[in-house]
Amino acid sequence: MSFFGFGQSAEVEILLSDAESRKRAEHKTEDGKKEKYFLFYDGETVSGKVSLALKNPNKRLEHQGIKIEFIGQIELYYDRGNHHEFVSLVKDLARPGEFTQSQTFDFEFTHVEKPYESYTGQNVKLRYFLRATISRRLNDVVKEMDIVVHTLSTYPELNSSIKMEVGIEDCLHIEFEYNKSKYHLKDVIVGKIYFLLVRIKIKHMEIDIIKRETTGTGPNVYHENDTIAKYEIMDGAPVRGESIPIRLFLAGYELTPTMRDINKKFSVRYYLNLVLIDEEERRYFKQQEVVLWRKGDIVRKSMSHQAAIASQRFEGSSSHPEARTPGQPSDNNSRQ
Amino acid sequence: MSDAAVADTRRLNSKPQDLTDAYGPPSNFLEIDIFNPQTVGVGRARFTTYEVRMRTNLPIFKLKESCVRRRYSDFEWLKNELERDSKIVVPPLPGKALKRQLPFRGDEGIFEESFIEERRQGLEQFINKIAGHPLAQNERCLHMFLQEETIDRNYVPGKWLSSPGLTVCLPSLSLTLGHTVGTLLRSSSLKRGRKLRAEGLGF
Repeated sequence: MSFFGFGQSAEVEILLSDAESRKRAEHKTEDGKKEKYFLFYDGETVSGKVSLALKNPNKRLEHQGIKIEFIGQIELYYDRGNHHEFVSLVKDLARPGEFTQSQTFDFEFTHVEKPYESYTGQNVKLRYFLRATISRRLNDVVKEMDIVVHTLSTYPELNSSIKMEVGIEDCLHIEFEYNKSKYHLKDVIVGKIYFLLVRIKIKHMEIDIIKRETTGTGPNVYHENDTIAKYEIMDGAPVRGESIPIRLFLAGYELTPTMRDINKKFSVRYYLNLVLIDEEERRYFKQQEVVLWRKGDIVRKSMSHQAAIASQRFEGSSSHPEARTPGQPSDNNSRQ
Repeated sequence: MSDAAVADTRRLNSKPQDLTDAYGPPSNFLEIDIFNPQTVGVGRARFTTYEVRMRTNLPIFKLKESCVRRRYSDFEWLKNELERDSKIVVPPLPGKALKRQLPFRGDEGIFEESFIEERRQGLEQFINKIAGHPLAQNERCLHMFLQEETIDRNYVPGKWLSSPGLTVCLPSLSLTLGHTVGTLLRSSSLKRGRKLRAEGLGF
């Protein structure tokens, strides 16, 4: 970002004030690599300092202003030019002038709203980041620092089991049951498949977890399906009256919470696909949506918003703010 | 709402299985054998027929045991009928072996023993694959092929109505048919006065 050997340039670094104590979480980048980023929750303060180091200690650095921004944005891969910013905060750190020596500037974004979870998908990316900018006449010096945001929920009040009888007339009748309709990311799916009628030669049965990422609106809706897991639950031919148990531990898979219509831009939903395969490789299947939610490590029950802010002031930013209940259609996730 | 530290992974309650169900014959018995090839006719009018013997306990087949004689062109007819009328991806037949029908061959051509055996195996695989397909079992042509003495090529193609009963219309499982997906409703699921739902393709 500077002319080679020409004039003065600076190195910009962003440092968080609680870098020592703040937890970091792994998050996949666009090219599939896993990296660790500082983890934040909704309502937490983002504070730290921007350090400016002059490359040439003897020369001056002229600039048109220094600022730091906190941005939350959604980027659709097929429309890279347009970033949809749903959070945009800015703090000016220095007015236009010049520097003769390296300096640091403190900043604080208080109780920042972070309504959605960070997400890197097949066709869309939602990210939060700090961006420090030294404006200059010809080219700016910019430094970005990504953070990761998790959205937490509490145990839902209503979590009925899913129980259904399905079939192909005169051919295959089964009753499947899953113990819940909403599962947290470290939960266990406990269920069973009961065979009422078996007139085909079944070879084996599996349960798949399918992630469906939906981008676009109206006639341009695009669904990207990805099979996250395939788990065989039965090998061999069942007969009438047999009950096959299901026990599927979700912690071993790369899952995110269910995201419904995030900022009206995208959704991520999960489905359990029960598949029976017969001797001739014909596949009989039934798909069922399940809602996934993220459980906080330390969940404080019935904590009011005020109490959450208050505890932050005293305990620092490692406390977890108020948690929400997951998965209702008219949910917090559709916050403007 | 209790905040369980460890998830409850105990099995869900289920009805104990009836022992007659557990140890009785399975309701999916279907075996078709193709054997006893016989070459009939003389000279250039010769052709080979095969015995197609079927044993089953599936209620959709009228006869629990049947035995008919079919030739290769009958299998071709069945394949064409199914490709036209049903939505299934029909498995391939063993080859037509046109080269073997050319003159001036050193061997018996299509009446060569090894070739007939090869063809017999291919036909057996073909018919077993088809007869077990729930959608093919709905087609009249399959039942005529397997269980009627002769194939009436002037028949009226259509769906096979097994003994109509008051069967309940269940929410369906989906069945992948090669590359297409459909939910299957048999014609026997007609309830008195109730219209048959159209089979939907696409998922």
